[in-house]
Amino acid sequence: MALLETRQLVKSFGENRAVDGVNFTVNEGELLALIGSNGAGKTTLVNLISAFLHPDEGEILFKGDNINEWSPSRRIQAGIARSFQLVSLFDDLSARDNVALAIFRRDNKIGRVTSLAAADSAVSDEADDIMGRFGLVDKGDVRAGELAHGERKLLDVAVAFALSPDLLFLDEPTSGVNTRDKNQIMDTISNVVREGNMSAVIIEHDMDVVFTYSERIVAMHHGVILADGKPEDVRRNPDVIENMLGGVAPD
Amino acid sequence: MMQNTSLRSATIAGFSILAGLLVVPFILDPYQTLLLTYGLVMAIAALGFNLLLGYTGLLSFGHSAYFGAGAYAVALSAKYLGVTSMEAFIAIGVLSTALIAAVFGAICVRHTKIFFAILAMALSQVIWTLAYKLYDITNGTDGLNIPFPTLLGGSMEFVGSGSYQRFVNAYYFYVIGFFIAALVVMWVIVNSPFGKVLQSIRDNDVRAEFIGMPVKLYRWFAFIISGSFTGLAGVLWIPLNRHVTPDVLHWPFSGEIVFMTVLGGFKSFIGPVVGALFFNYLKTYAIAWTEYWQMLLGIVLVVLVIALPTGIVGIISNLASRMRAGGKQ
Repeated sequence: MALLETRQLVKSFGENRAVDGVNFTVNEGELLALIGSNGAGKTTLVNLISAFLHPDEGEILFKGDNINEWSPSRRIQAGIARSFQLVSLFDDLSARDNVALAIFRRDNKIGRVTSLAAADSAVSDEADDIMGRFGLVDKGDVRAGELAHGERKLLDVAVAFALSPDLLFLDEPTSGVNTRDKNQIMDTISNVVREGNMSAVIIEHDMDVVFTYSERIVAMHHGVILADGKPEDVRRNPDVIENMLGGVAPD
Repeated sequence: MMQNTSLRSATIAGFSILAGLLVVPFILDPYQTLLLTYGLVMAIAALGFNLLLGYTGLLSFGHSAYFGAGAYAVALSAKYLGVTSMEAFIAIGVLSTALIAAVFGAICVRHTKIFFAILAMALSQVIWTLAYKLYDITNGTDGLNIPFPTLLGGSMEFVGSGSYQRFVNAYYFYVIGFFIAALVVMWVIVNSPFGKVLQSIRDNDVRAEFIGMPVKLYRWFAFIISGSFTGLAGVLWIPLNRHVTPDVLHWPFSGEIVFMTVLGGFKSFIGPVVGALFFNYLKTYAIAWTEYWQMLLGIVLVVLVIALPTGIVGIISNLASRMRAGGKQ
């Protein structure tokens, strides 16, 4: 059974069917890339799955349950987490607090009002451990708003990772990052995802990143799925080559 | 290590200020003691208000409702129930205020930004209108008087000659006790996991929701706590004034709470306290100095917003940082 499945999912904005009858699956433990040109419907699809948007038609099944009417909070507790295309952090809080907040949420400790957050050494230690895995070991006390762009990207993913999800959506985790940092970020993410024994869906425009790191690729175009398969199959798919790779198959 | 050093410095500074506060009635005249008591009461109001503004990112222009509700709860319970104990006043006042804040908050926290501010103000004016129009109950603009309450479970009564002087001195220490308690409780709240959640909502409510935070529910909790602190200030204020009119429920008084918080600096924990104390003296002496005192306060507010947005505490922090940086070079 697939971890996540969408059936005939539809979302329209006026006349534009951004997601048009999409059947999309994510299996347990896989690192999947969702590709497509701007406006293909990738982010809309993720927004529907994460409850940022509500579908017009169709079903979203997670671990066999229909989650169409579930709130974002319930979906997160069920095991779906996401990062955002534009880095989305708590800028006035320290990097450690950003990660710790996700751990407090995961462990249902957010209602504690009579104890100090910093005094919970189990949470602080785990936050430091997660930051260490994302290469942010000495950034714990730095305000999130003062981190460099690449560090903010990593922290954004670290916050989602700290929720210990079963399925993690990463919306363009390397956008706006230089080539050297891209590989470092993707190495970190793929290692952490594999060690964390979770499934991850990466929305990405950079084809080098996509073909290097993903085990399966789903290509979208104009709201529909154009191709779905192993990287070498998608790379040779004539529809993908024509519509998304500028008519030239990548090496 | 750096955190330990700053915590130690803050603790030393806190105890020094407390020691200074404790000797005030012995070295200053009674009027100054009274003035400082007013300032400490307003500091509790500003501290509560800033849980919403500084820590949750919600600007309320309706906190006069909770301050006034606390004061009116005392006056009405004294008039109609014959209550004289300050501790009973506090219980009745804070519970009444929390209830009103729970109802108004449930309406307001569905919105943010200007819509939240306007709704908070509009609802506060409902309470003001009731106090203004229900003359048979509230005496309208004539207001209500209260006698000196008893303190510490009735062990301290204030009757006979010299009662005013004795009350002012005793009540000063009573207010200090509540001021310190309010300071400690609020500090724990804002540094607790709950407080961190509020700060995450302030910084980025969308992201907070997408790591599973119940954003509206926590805004509502913050609203109730904030209103209750401000209500406590209203309860503590009325024995000083011994008279309450609808003025404390009117929206300009909400503006004063905003003013003192911005004056001290809403981005720091202690800013609203400093702002409230400073504002109290500023207003008192401005009124004594010129009949155009509102204009003077207006100029201060304009200068503050344009030139000193971080408030008094922000300026002091920046200067201290520069001096430390200069010292290291």
